[in-house]
Amino acid sequence: MSQDFRLDNVGMVNREKKISFKFNGKKYFGFEGDTIASALIANGVHLVGRSFKYHRPRGFFGVGVDEPYAILQLDRNNERDPNIRATEQEIFEGLEVKSVNCWPSVNFDIGAINNFLKMFFPAGFYYKTFMWPPSFWYKIYEPFIRMAAGFGEASIKHDKERYEHKYEYCDLLITGSGPSGLASAYAAAKNGARVILAEDKPRFGGSLLTSDVNIGNQTGVEWTEKIIAELKSMPNVTVKNRSQVFGYYDHNMLVMSERISDHLPKTQKYLPKQRLWYIRANEVLISSGSIERPLVFGNNDTPGVMLSSAAKEYMKVYGVLVGKKPLIFTNNDSGYETAIEFKKNGVNPIILDTRSNPSSDIITEAKNLNIEIKFSYVVVAAKGYKKVKSADIAKISDDKKELFNIENIKCDCICVSGFWTPSIHLASQSGNKSKFNEKIDAFVPDKSKQQENTIGSANGIFTLEETIKDAFDKGFDVSNKITEKNNKVSVPTVVEKKSTDHDKFWCVPLPKGKSYKRFLDFQNDVAVSDIELALREGFRSIEHVKRYTTLGMATDQGKTSNLNGLQLVSDIENKVVPQVGHTTFRPPYTPVSIGAIVGREVGKHSKPTRKSPMHSWHEKNNAVFVDAGVWLRPRYYKQGNEGLFEASKREAKNVRQNVGVCDVTTLGKIDVKGPDAAEFLNRVYTNAWLKLPVGKARYGVMLREDGIVMDDGTTTRISENHYHMTTTTAQAANVLSHLEYYLQLVWPELNVNVVSTTEQWAGAAIAGPNSRKLLMKLFSNLDVSNEGLPFMGYKEADLFGVPAKIYRISFSGELAYEINVESDNGYFMWEKIMEVGQEFQIQPYGTEALSTLRIEMGHVAGSELDGRTIPYDASLEGLVSKKKDFIGKRSLNRSAFTSTDREKLVGLVPIDKTTSIPEGSYIVKDPKAKLPNPKLGHVSASCWSVEYDNPFSLAIIKDGKNMIGQKLFAMSPLKNKTIPVEIVSSHYVDPEGKRVRS
Amino acid sequence: MLYINCPHCGLRSQNEFAYGGDATVKRPELNKEISDQEWDNFVYLRKSPRGKHLELWHHISGCRQWIKVERDTSTHEIFKTYKANEAIE
Repeated sequence: MSQDFRLDNVGMVNREKKISFKFNGKKYFGFEGDTIASALIANGVHLVGRSFKYHRPRGFFGVGVDEPYAILQLDRNNERDPNIRATEQEIFEGLEVKSVNCWPSVNFDIGAINNFLKMFFPAGFYYKTFMWPPSFWYKIYEPFIRMAAGFGEASIKHDKERYEHKYEYCDLLITGSGPSGLASAYAAAKNGARVILAEDKPRFGGSLLTSDVNIGNQTGVEWTEKIIAELKSMPNVTVKNRSQVFGYYDHNMLVMSERISDHLPKTQKYLPKQRLWYIRANEVLISSGSIERPLVFGNNDTPGVMLSSAAKEYMKVYGVLVGKKPLIFTNNDSGYETAIEFKKNGVNPIILDTRSNPSSDIITEAKNLNIEIKFSYVVVAAKGYKKVKSADIAKISDDKKELFNIENIKCDCICVSGFWTPSIHLASQSGNKSKFNEKIDAFVPDKSKQQENTIGSANGIFTLEETIKDAFDKGFDVSNKITEKNNKVSVPTVVEKKSTDHDKFWCVPLPKGKSYKRFLDFQNDVAVSDIELALREGFRSIEHVKRYTTLGMATDQGKTSNLNGLQLVSDIENKVVPQVGHTTFRPPYTPVSIGAIVGREVGKHSKPTRKSPMHSWHEKNNAVFVDAGVWLRPRYYKQGNEGLFEASKREAKNVRQNVGVCDVTTLGKIDVKGPDAAEFLNRVYTNAWLKLPVGKARYGVMLREDGIVMDDGTTTRISENHYHMTTTTAQAANVLSHLEYYLQLVWPELNVNVVSTTEQWAGAAIAGPNSRKLLMKLFSNLDVSNEGLPFMGYKEADLFGVPAKIYRISFSGELAYEINVESDNGYFMWEKIMEVGQEFQIQPYGTEALSTLRIEMGHVAGSELDGRTIPYDASLEGLVSKKKDFIGKRSLNRSAFTSTDREKLVGLVPIDKTTSIPEGSYIVKDPKAKLPNPKLGHVSASCWSVEYDNPFSLAIIKDGKNMIGQKLFAMSPLKNKTIPVEIVSSHYVDPEGKRVRS
Repeated sequence: MLYINCPHCGLRSQNEFAYGGDATVKRPELNKEISDQEWDNFVYLRKSPRGKHLELWHHISGCRQWIKVERDTSTHEIFKTYKANEAIE
């Protein structure tokens, strides 16, 4: 298709490079530098989508971030990207986009029937319609709403693109490269400040690209190019295009998304697709400009109705005509610039100006160019369904209430200008309460809360001369504050033709007998009548009106609709706009892709992976790993066709019969040192620590101040003032913070230091009746007899030339030792143990067998110490000292904690001795009782007892102490199982603890 | 993201710190007889003031020191930071 609407030799696109792309499956051509919007308009395509609620045809309304209509879905390099604004996305060779919210096609959309049923879809119809009957919600309403909701489809595939995060610090961040941004950046950079200048569009210059002005005897474009070139050459300046500063957070932290590869067919090697910048700026100058305000009239959502500044930018930047019979509808001078631009390109526009008798240089120029101007005229309604074909226009009375002489004139586009709305989003996000400026009928930033200033039209300054002067001053002032330098640059002279006069008029009244939809929010289909309805129904707060009507809640966040909505509410309520107030601006200013927010923290990079020094041995020996916090631990070592169940049973059995070895490197280890270490441990643990001799270990339990068990583990006295504490894998970090808290804040008088040594030591637990024989061979010069190294003993020894520490502690309940060597020697230790252990039938065992062994023994772990249990509940009350005080002790006196029928740890065996009891099952007396069935407790851990070859579980049940021998039921509604069980002691194997002392 | 001046390390971003609650709470002394009410106040009851608040932060990914931060809970303004043992002005 030829580009019928492309002008010759106008614009900034690269005519040398023709680019083909597909829209809804059809091939089109554009040029390098085009957006999807400009390229489609060049091809005469205006129908690109359907509106959210009524499925009315949608075209292009703007030319940038404010676009409410042209939301498309993009396929790029086999990746799908919904919510792409056609006005921002640049075209590249092979680009494919399609319309959303329409079926079967944008031209023929079944959903458009909503448009004819619109009397049934007023504001709040969701709340009114989907209330009854309640049973309809799941089956009918919700699926229906789900189907109708949203624009486009998100991909469910793994996104193969790379996104990066970057942290940056600067003296001054400037958000926008329009006249004020450029001027302030230049002034500040020349005064030595480290400046970041961010521009959202591909081209720098903002309004200078399209306005007919003169700065220092240069055109706006020439001046922009000169300033940008100079800024780029300065080492203290970073200039970024395609970069949107979208959020202003605490303490001058701003976040910017840089679109590095979105305009290219494929992300280049070594580059990310997008980069998210976290910028901590000493000072911020917000130069985000302003967005043209629409005028509201009948059917003002018809494709072909668009902002006049957008029409001008399509001509001047892209060399594209939005129409050949344009109607300009304006309440200020900006519309004249667009009209003159049309005229210069050989198209005859008609201007309808709502003002009765305005005058300025630009109006004179328009008259001199013989442009037809109708004063006190308005557009009553646009005509045409998929594209504007004509307009009903009328003369309007001076009080703007009466319409006369309604006539129909032919046109193919209507360019509207309702004056300008400053983009105060960033200033508002920083905590700045805005104020209403009567002169421009819009909100501008008020007093700064953080280190920010707003400049240029974002601050409501609409003349170029004032903007440039103010921006040079602000750039100098903030840089002077930081650098304390005084290098001032001279302010250039400025020539501009348009005035800032405007008519306080935005909404055309309906002619008698007509009920045209007049839209305020173009994306969410909120019309004047919806706001009127909300007010009639009693909604007063603007926040409530917003939520009830969804005004400003679409993906464009009401950039073009908010102010007209407020104006309407204040008109109806007979208030002034500042009394109505405005809704809250929240980040992000524009939609940000989730990929950019997540950055590199995806898949295995979402958290660090910690591996023990023996990890590669486990891998080589068919270990199946499990996540234990951030650690990877062998769950079991697979032999042949074994599954988890068979393998863990084999491994656990081998520990009970021969000897096994388990990697226990992941256990938390903390060095506690200092003359007051014993006293400190005595306060931290519930049991007594003052008399522990050197060379001995002790099991300890620590509580939180609320009396709940925090963690358990063994601590060994290595020397007089040196203890080696172990914690569970999961609680290691918390315990360290806990100890530091008490040492630094509560008992600073204690002379103790703590430091984590988890990574310094590799640990192997060897457990089973053969473990002593193995130890004798590993440490041939050491006395490892029961007298030489008794239970809870500790020795330092030499393992084939490597220094090792041996702790005689046991989690499995068997005769067991834990050997620690420096991490670098871990692999060597493991191989030696396996090699020497061969003759004793050694096998490695994983966490699953470890669990089995501890459950059988009734040893508690994380599933019992679950943040709800006090020592008594976990049968640890024997370890609670009555004599001394410790962290959390006072809480144990609370009446609920001393009640005699508290839940307590017990063992469970299924009556049939074969059915495994699902973890998490409830224990009940009567499985057939009426719901809610009184719950006696829950199953905390289950295993297959290798000692007795039947299932065994631990449970915490009410009055557990007196329940031994009772027959109850374990119910798992999740697994749909009810299992008769018998309550037994939690010490299922070796209740006297003979083995560990053997 | 807050910018917290660690008295040991200097200005650091919030993501290096863990929040530690009210810094004005004082743990009852060990071995002291106190009422249930007093103990409950210490363990559970915290004020949630709007405005100036002295709070604990742990420089967990830095020097691992617990510090005290005087912060406005509504504006997030930080007025002053103290070492754990420093007297509060």
